[in-house]
Amino acid sequence: MSRLIVGPFNRVEGDLEVTLDVEDGVVAAAHAGSPLYRGFEQILRGKHPLDALMFAPRVCGICSVSQSMAAAAALADAMGLAAPPNGRIARNLAHAVENLADHFTHFHLFFMPDFARAEYAARPWHGRAAARFRALKGSAAIEAMPARTAFLSMLGTLAGKWPHTLSIQPGGSARAIEASEKIRLYGLLRDFRRHLETTLFNDTLEAVAALDSAAALERWAAAMPRGDFGLFLDIARDLGLDRLGRGVDRFMSYGNYPQEDGLLLARGVWDGRLQALDAQAIAEDLSHAWMAGETRHPAQGLTQPEDGKAGGYTWCKAPRLAGLPMETGALARQMVAGHPLARDLVTNGGGNVRSRVVARLLEIALILPHMEQWVKQVVPGEPFCAQGEMPAGASGVGLVEAARGSLGHWISVAGGRIANYQIISPTTWNFSPRDSGGTPGPLEQALVGTPVGEGNVAVQHVVRSFDPCMVCTVH
Amino acid sequence: MTAQPLNLVWLQSGGCGGCTMSLLCSGASRLFDQLADAGVHVLWHPALSEQSGAEALALLEDCAEGRLPLDFLCIEGALLRGPNDSGRFHVLSGSGKPMTEWVSRLAGRARHVLAIGSCAAWGGVVAASENPTQACGLQYDGESPGGLLGAGWRGRGGLPVINVAGCPSHPDWITETLMALSLGQFGAADLDKLNRPRFFADHLVHHGCARNEFYEFKASAHKPSDLGCLMENMGCKGTQAHADCNLRPWNGSGSCTRGGFACVSCTEPGFEEPGHPFHETPKLAGIPIGLPTDMPKAWFVALAALSKSATPKRVRENAVADHQVVVPAVKKTGLK
Repeated sequence: MSRLIVGPFNRVEGDLEVTLDVEDGVVAAAHAGSPLYRGFEQILRGKHPLDALMFAPRVCGICSVSQSMAAAAALADAMGLAAPPNGRIARNLAHAVENLADHFTHFHLFFMPDFARAEYAARPWHGRAAARFRALKGSAAIEAMPARTAFLSMLGTLAGKWPHTLSIQPGGSARAIEASEKIRLYGLLRDFRRHLETTLFNDTLEAVAALDSAAALERWAAAMPRGDFGLFLDIARDLGLDRLGRGVDRFMSYGNYPQEDGLLLARGVWDGRLQALDAQAIAEDLSHAWMAGETRHPAQGLTQPEDGKAGGYTWCKAPRLAGLPMETGALARQMVAGHPLARDLVTNGGGNVRSRVVARLLEIALILPHMEQWVKQVVPGEPFCAQGEMPAGASGVGLVEAARGSLGHWISVAGGRIANYQIISPTTWNFSPRDSGGTPGPLEQALVGTPVGEGNVAVQHVVRSFDPCMVCTVH
Repeated sequence: MTAQPLNLVWLQSGGCGGCTMSLLCSGASRLFDQLADAGVHVLWHPALSEQSGAEALALLEDCAEGRLPLDFLCIEGALLRGPNDSGRFHVLSGSGKPMTEWVSRLAGRARHVLAIGSCAAWGGVVAASENPTQACGLQYDGESPGGLLGAGWRGRGGLPVINVAGCPSHPDWITETLMALSLGQFGAADLDKLNRPRFFADHLVHHGCARNEFYEFKASAHKPSDLGCLMENMGCKGTQAHADCNLRPWNGSGSCTRGGFACVSCTEPGFEEPGHPFHETPKLAGIPIGLPTDMPKAWFVALAALSKSATPKRVRENAVADHQVVVPAVKKTGLK
């Protein structure tokens, strides 16, 4: 047995260190380390409750709108506020722009460049992968960047700027949309659709969203060249990415995009069957974090860093649902929402590198057509933001889905000030350390059995298949 | 044009990665070609480069030891000196060494050091409240000169740390500073008193604000989504904050005030602790404490009283609505 410390991992948003125990050329055990702590939960204590709207987005520069959405939801819960339809739609649009842009950025800039590496020079697809995805030089990235910029310019209109808006409010949106702006937003959505349909899928979004099984996906991919998604599927087939990075196969989603009659994507848990999610059963275990205190529900959670604590190996707490680690992200969201392709991929191979990447691209194809409808539903002249007062004493919870998965904010207010503020980010779930029972977190589990070698490319694929956001993780 | 490409290394310290995300929203059709054309070679960026793990560490070590020339060191995020001055709140993964140590070593070799965003410049939001991580900027600790590198520090190129402040920084502020440096078009005279590039810091956020007619008449917003001026009640510091956000739009056509919310003066040191809730304007005897830059108080009070008494009905009513309830009159006689 030998021990290998891998880091810094780039293209993971933030800093990650993975310690691997290697036996017979494969990972026998993995420890995920988050080496950065900033202290947002300590900073927020004692602030005016609405100051959370300024601080929360700055937890994370890539899922900034999601952080704003969770903060606004927690504050709205404490204030007893509900957004009017325009406010709900404007927030959903802003949130979906960020979530889809994050999936798009992950695929083009963070995940695919690994297949352009010299280690793969002998593979039949390497020439295509290198031409399209070589870091900073590949033609796909060069085409993707302006498409991404144009898509994110929707947030110039909807949210003033990205990242770090303050337009997302407990009562809705502070940015009312005018009639001509609806048309501009619609045009930007159609521009992005065109880019996706011509370069990523070589098919309509509706056709991709309608793929209902692994076999249908393979037939679709074999029918004709399928753009960069097709290239990924070729690589996945050749490298067996559906057998790499098997996780804990328990999936959680808080659900997303509230509509007039409930969530567009359902809330729940999948562990072989669909179950209701009991948010009261969430707790953070601190046994292997450099954090003092005992296991608690986040509504009563504590954040007290204790450098050098015995048994600790990360600043990251270990969130568990009813004592169990959960995988969260696009695949989990689509498992819970019941998409047949996601369900079939997981039934025949579980959460793995391929199914996680497929679910992300599937989600782009699924959500963009909804956004085109949402824009049309905005009614200029009707209100965008409900008004209300924060009681001197209150508590609230905001549960939303960021691109990377389930994001929760828990606030309690006393004497008109924040008495406690706790955040559990998606990667806190996915890259959590061991708990007091010694059970590894989802990434730690997924790395077991991964081959180790030159450049540790397989390890890199497993890590990046989760699209980790390490700045969020510890916050 | 520089003959030899200038190497750029970017490191993410105690921040959120948002300045990198902002940079990637650059309006340039080919961002990295544009930088390369100006002679800037991106040697390593944590979110974009291929090299990971040992390869990345070897590259950083080569720069720190002077084996590879380091021309631009861009630091994003605050420098975390805690706990107890150990720097252990951020250890660069795989290296066992605090990020503060890496930054100090690399800065000693760099021709120019750029603080990308207000965290790297002053400490920023991470330094708020009791500053639990002992966060500071590269050459400032809030408003006080010093920070990680010390007030006297100068790069090989002779300049102090260039504070491309903002939360986040605007993509053009970053690319134009880098390109101007690379093209030999940027010197000490191009920095303001806080070492921010003057091309954006010599403006106020107020310049070009789309709410200017409401400001002129002190027709003020009272609640989120109101169209009126955000200064009197909603905490807006646009008349004091140094930046060109309303002249150089964000994400196509945006800015904070266009997005329906107050400027929180995110390019200024100490913006994270204004001493009042961000959404409220602090007042003394009904007058905002933070008056417009260069404006004597007596003049402001007199003008505000006069303009409030002269506010047209259209401006007064639209100020407290989320859409125009009264549109400008169409004159029958043509414009004179």
